[in-house]
Amino acid sequence: MAEPSVADVHVSRHPQDASTRGWSAWFERRAAFVLPFPAVATVALMLAFPLGYTLYLSFHDWTIASTADPKFVFLDNYVKLFTTDARFKNSIVITFYFTILGVTVQTFLGVTLALLFNRQFWGRGLLRTLAILPMVATPVAIALIFVMMFNPLLGVMNYFLTVVGLPPWSWTYASSTVIPALVIVDTWQWTPLIMLITLAGLAALPGEPYEAAMIDGASKAQMLWLITLPLLRPTIVTAALFRLIDSLKTFDIIFVMTQGGPGGASDTINIYLFNTAFAYFHMGMASSMVVIFFAIVLGVSLLAIRIRRATWI
Amino acid sequence: MDLIKKYWEGTAYTILMLVLMVPMMFVFFWMVTISFQNNVESTASPPVFIPRNPTLDGYRYVFNNPSNPFFKYLLNSTIVALGCTIIGLLIGVPAAFSIARWKQNGLALGILLARITPGFSFLVPWFITFRWFGMIDTHAALIISHLIVGLPIIVWVMIGFFEDLPTELVDAGLIDGSSIYGVLWHIAIPLVKPGLVATAILSIIFSWNNFNFSVILAGPNTRTLPVAVFNLMSFEQFNWGPLAAAATMITLPVVAMALVMQRHIVSGLTFGAVKQ
Repeated sequence: MAEPSVADVHVSRHPQDASTRGWSAWFERRAAFVLPFPAVATVALMLAFPLGYTLYLSFHDWTIASTADPKFVFLDNYVKLFTTDARFKNSIVITFYFTILGVTVQTFLGVTLALLFNRQFWGRGLLRTLAILPMVATPVAIALIFVMMFNPLLGVMNYFLTVVGLPPWSWTYASSTVIPALVIVDTWQWTPLIMLITLAGLAALPGEPYEAAMIDGASKAQMLWLITLPLLRPTIVTAALFRLIDSLKTFDIIFVMTQGGPGGASDTINIYLFNTAFAYFHMGMASSMVVIFFAIVLGVSLLAIRIRRATWI
Repeated sequence: MDLIKKYWEGTAYTILMLVLMVPMMFVFFWMVTISFQNNVESTASPPVFIPRNPTLDGYRYVFNNPSNPFFKYLLNSTIVALGCTIIGLLIGVPAAFSIARWKQNGLALGILLARITPGFSFLVPWFITFRWFGMIDTHAALIISHLIVGLPIIVWVMIGFFEDLPTELVDAGLIDGSSIYGVLWHIAIPLVKPGLVATAILSIIFSWNNFNFSVILAGPNTRTLPVAVFNLMSFEQFNWGPLAAAATMITLPVVAMALVMQRHIVSGLTFGAVKQ
């Protein structure tokens, strides 16, 4: 027999109450179903239907502009993507290059900044507030400003480089430097996220280990390496994983700044996917790419959850 | 003497932190300073840091460009952001209350899955569906698609706020004979009002900033600001003053909202990892 739900218990406390009869009673008993229903139905409709439809389309050859119905080709799209389509394989490599480089740099910078912020100093609150701004600023606007700053001839970045005596750099304008340049933008935007999560983790650390270490005469560096960082590891891993999942999906700054160029050097899965679906209208092929991309993101997320669990111990 | 030494150390530390934050603030500074420069200054070499003759021409250009009706795009962005936020709150808040009260972790996980799913997984099928129903270039299509981004965030953040409420308050209401819906409306929601406002602002910011849904589903009538700025960029490649002016104007509202609500917004941005 099923356990009575919490809602049942509450209602049965008032057996004489009018609300135990009819519709209102039903609504009261089923509140745990009624309250979340609209949101769950919306998410299901928005999530399950598109994913099902995408899966269906991924087995078909279909261009949206054509009047012909989708033609069933089973795994042909997938086979093409994994064998003859060099651009797709390339886009996977580029996506991971961008993600791994970005998340590594951001985690390092974010944790360092959090450690520096983790003490009282004049103006701390204000600076901490300002650190939120890159995360909320409109990405298209920020990308636009970076386009101006990265301009090899007129941009302020190369001006700074020449001022300190370095040779000018090509930023997003050469295939060898475009990904690191995009990582700079991503890092500017999202290092604060890692910093804020780490800062919250630092504030929640227990005091006892430090007292014990102090009595044992440990140096500050020893405390950092042997106490703070190991205790902080779950927090840092969590922050990095959030970033990892979102970084794989980066679209707007890359699309606005390079549209996959120069010469396809920043052609991530998302950019290639966008072009396949909304420039060439090959919906069948695009759907197969969506399915693969979804599997990659889901796989990384699941892996992430496992790693996180492991590091909690 | 110790006190003086301490004072100087403190000052030095503040200066060090300020220096570290300079690269972050510089981008905003550059956006604003270019927006007040004329074309000669904005593309000068070496670059001009403080405009010698500050001009509003860039802003005028953005507003008085007949091929680019900025006010219309502003209105579109506002309609879509408010629309998806209101619907998102109406259906998301009861769900969050229920998940927090009855520990419906399965539902919470489903909501999280919606957050993890890449935007394009929704976009391809929704584009086909909206096209089928002739809904491309309508506010409704944009509101629905932005809801996909906003709803999981609203539910997720609100779960945190409802979990912080003492259970006794809800139970007391129930014992007094109020229905669970009455308790939600008269007791729980008023108590989480600050959280509700922060969540609403977060949802508005996400919708306001959204580019990839809008670039595909919006048309000439419903174009939102990020898409408009992107289009402006392709036409006005080296007209940096107006471009920076447009960037400043689109960023200003979200930055202002974030500054006002900063305490609560961090929890939403970090997806509940930081509770404040």
